[in-house]
Amino acid sequence: MLGKLSWDALPFHEPIDMIVSGLMILGVIAILAWLTVKGHWPYLWREWLTSVDHKRIGVMYCVLALVMLLRGFADALMMRSQQALAAGGAQGYLPPEHYDQIFSAHGTIMIFFMAMPFMIGLMNFALPLQLGVRDVAFPTLNSVSLWLTASGVLLTNVSLVVGEFARTGWLAYPPLSELKYSPGVGVDYYLWSLQISGVGTLLSGINLVTTILKMRAPGMSYMRMPVFCWTALASNLLIVAAFPILTATFAMLLLDRYLGFHFFTTDGGGNPMMYINLIWAWGHPEVYILILPAFGVFSEVISTFSGKPLFGYRSMVAATLAICVLSFVVWLHHFFTMGAGADVNGFFGVMTMIIAVPTGVKVYNWLFTMYGGRLRFTAPVYWSLGFMVTFVLGGMTGVLLAVPPADFVLHNSLFLIAHFHNVIIGGLLFGAMAGYTYWFPKAFGFTLHEGWGKASFWCWFVGFYLAFMPLYWLGLMGMTRRMQHYDNMAWQPFLLVAAAGALVILCGILCTIIQLVVSIRDRAGHRDRTGDPWDGRTLEWSIPSPPPSWNFALMPQVEGEDAYWYMKRRAREEPAGPGRTPDYEPIEMPLNSSTGFVTAFFAVVTGFALIWHIWWMVGLGLVGAFVTMLVFAWRDHDEMEIPVEEITRMDRAHRAETTR
Amino acid sequence: MAAARCRFGTAIFVAGVAATLGGCSGVLDPQGPIASAEKTILFNSLGIMLAIVVPTILATLGVAWWFRASNLRAKYLPDWEYSGRIEMVVWSIPAMTVLLLGGIAWVGSHDLDPPKPITSTTNPVEVEVVSLDWKWLFIYPDLGIASVNRLIVPAGTPISFTLTSDGVMNSFFVPQLGSQIYTMAGMTTHLQLQADQPGSYPGLSAQFSGDGFSDMRFTVDAVAPDKFAEWVNATRGKGAALDPTSFAELAKPSEAVAVATYGAVSQDLFQAIVHPNVPPAEPGHLSQPAMHKEN
Repeated sequence: MLGKLSWDALPFHEPIDMIVSGLMILGVIAILAWLTVKGHWPYLWREWLTSVDHKRIGVMYCVLALVMLLRGFADALMMRSQQALAAGGAQGYLPPEHYDQIFSAHGTIMIFFMAMPFMIGLMNFALPLQLGVRDVAFPTLNSVSLWLTASGVLLTNVSLVVGEFARTGWLAYPPLSELKYSPGVGVDYYLWSLQISGVGTLLSGINLVTTILKMRAPGMSYMRMPVFCWTALASNLLIVAAFPILTATFAMLLLDRYLGFHFFTTDGGGNPMMYINLIWAWGHPEVYILILPAFGVFSEVISTFSGKPLFGYRSMVAATLAICVLSFVVWLHHFFTMGAGADVNGFFGVMTMIIAVPTGVKVYNWLFTMYGGRLRFTAPVYWSLGFMVTFVLGGMTGVLLAVPPADFVLHNSLFLIAHFHNVIIGGLLFGAMAGYTYWFPKAFGFTLHEGWGKASFWCWFVGFYLAFMPLYWLGLMGMTRRMQHYDNMAWQPFLLVAAAGALVILCGILCTIIQLVVSIRDRAGHRDRTGDPWDGRTLEWSIPSPPPSWNFALMPQVEGEDAYWYMKRRAREEPAGPGRTPDYEPIEMPLNSSTGFVTAFFAVVTGFALIWHIWWMVGLGLVGAFVTMLVFAWRDHDEMEIPVEEITRMDRAHRAETTR
Repeated sequence: MAAARCRFGTAIFVAGVAATLGGCSGVLDPQGPIASAEKTILFNSLGIMLAIVVPTILATLGVAWWFRASNLRAKYLPDWEYSGRIEMVVWSIPAMTVLLLGGIAWVGSHDLDPPKPITSTTNPVEVEVVSLDWKWLFIYPDLGIASVNRLIVPAGTPISFTLTSDGVMNSFFVPQLGSQIYTMAGMTTHLQLQADQPGSYPGLSAQFSGDGFSDMRFTVDAVAPDKFAEWVNATRGKGAALDPTSFAELAKPSEAVAVATYGAVSQDLFQAIVHPNVPPAEPGHLSQPAMHKEN
């Protein structure tokens, strides 16, 4: 009846697990109870959960990412404290079967459920606004994407309470992840969570690519798009090209595990090397999927706060597209140590280094964007400068690892761990925080508190160096990754410093939370009335904050790069006459839809049932999801008309504010 | 001595001064030709890149500070967005660096290809390595002995490794001797290393392999060639023999396994581990891989 599920799946016998899951469950119950008591459910359902508005979906993606940052960071704290303690004969407080789940969950959550949703959230929010359009190409599909990602998140977190998570590392290399060596449900939780959220990511990629290619404001030619749109285009093209590889690879591993296939087994003609090739054929593009939108954010932030157009726009576009293509021909550098031979290793080493060329160009172009500017040192600029300094170092160690003979001694060491945290924290996370601070006023109509934002930056910046510079050194001392304990006492002081660094980063996260609370409390004082708090250059700053659901009352006419900057300049140069009243027209907007939420509900049911081999429930979930799709397909009414009066009223109010 | 240097280095680091002094262990303290060459390549590449990276970081901070909004002495060029000459330079700097480093990577990957024989006047010692859950088995096929979690080699002699795994993947790594390489079931990888001086060098698995992974350590004891011969003689014929039965016993998952030796090794055991479905060849016959009789 319930497949492999029984009372043993609950962690009654493991005190630490019990307390953590207990606290998590209490937290969720408390939030649900608060929502119920306050009667927020109808509002939440109507305005958020069923919303197909790209801005709200973007915000929800970012909220998901921030919550998962907390979860992933809790794992990080446990890992750092375990390694700080478990030296010599000491075993620390986490036994291997527990520690192994923690580092696997940390990687999985941070990449798939923190970094991905954060970037997709920022793109969802900002892209249509920058392109001057009213929504993404497929609004309901967008909602489905969000909720499928949330399904993956939910399943991963359920594994904390019911059953276990993978103990294989975040990429679940076979043969370790095969049934023979991992008979538990951990790897199944991992695989089904990522299969479900992966579908969401792929749909989101298709949606955003279509939006950029087919839906731009009149006059917005490709070479007039803001650079963030270009990086988003490259990133989403990579999603469309790379995520099917991930899905297929996981599908093969699932066939091995569920139906006794031999794709990656050690017997029956299977070959685990194939999995490692395939997973990195997805995995390397994935890191560019994550970093490219961050590059876009930095481009916008540096240009805006320097009061100058981006230097070398065409160079930036070329560099972005070069990275996009090259990212598919470097995957083998993740396993130079597999013995592929000198020619193959040499080729992939050189290709990897070639990616550093367009990336280096970007750094110099940001530098020259600041040159001759009037740089305002706001929190987003702090994150951007912190990025430029940190990322250059991370890029350098990346090129070092691309030299095969150097990689032979550094592969899988803590040097590697330090390298990829250097680029992920110093690149992606700083970019996400810059974008969050930069676009927050657009989303909510008030700016975030500067002081707390800068405090958060300094904690992250200092904390990062404290936490990861010792890891570089430990890698050179021969310490490898994923050790639950070690006997070399000389490593311990460095791991203590790294643990202290993690605590400093914790302060940074706390500052971000305080910043949000303080800013909401004092929102009246931080109100953004004009919709343009930073003297912005791109179209999103030409509309009110928060924008109405239809974004633009009138479709903007784009006549060059940095469209809004030149609109403002022209308005200043031409004496402002009374002007004629624009001809507003009613706007058709898509209706809210519960399709995404309901589909995701059935996806969770299906995923959970598959993990626990509850076959009747698998059928139930699949039928439910299919029926949901049918219901959506046979809808006869999916748009509403926004009356001219409402549009006129909103637009007039905004014009009055901006000309004041 | 090395330990004292280590503590000294640690103290300096903790004091907050960048630890730039010579290494105290691991990759920074190479003990063989491969490890030395790899350390040289590592530091040369690092040096080349630092020459570009440090000025770039300083320029970034300098430009950002000079062009701060409150500095009215700085010029303001609100429309300056392109300069062909600068573009030329910004593409050239990383391109030239990568040209240089790419050469290092290409040549280095050929010179230091793991299976490439080490030039030496002495014949290499053959060692077959099997990673097991969670210990290392070292078979000396030419000497007919085997050892668990301890590898004894003659110093100054190339060691030619052939590696496989009995189950999950591991990576065979002795940081002070250089290159690591994966061990994978059903196939073999090859690696040549050498320890120049007698000494004891820690080795480990660098690829996570499950719950007992952290204890999957071994020592490489490099000894003078005559001491090595003594050890071989003392080991051969003594104690247990490594045959399919005792191997099956050893292969069962176990953690933090003590050092042990086998005084005899049945022929073709390593091949039988690599290709478990192929029956061992009868003496005097060439083994026929792939096809087997019982099917």
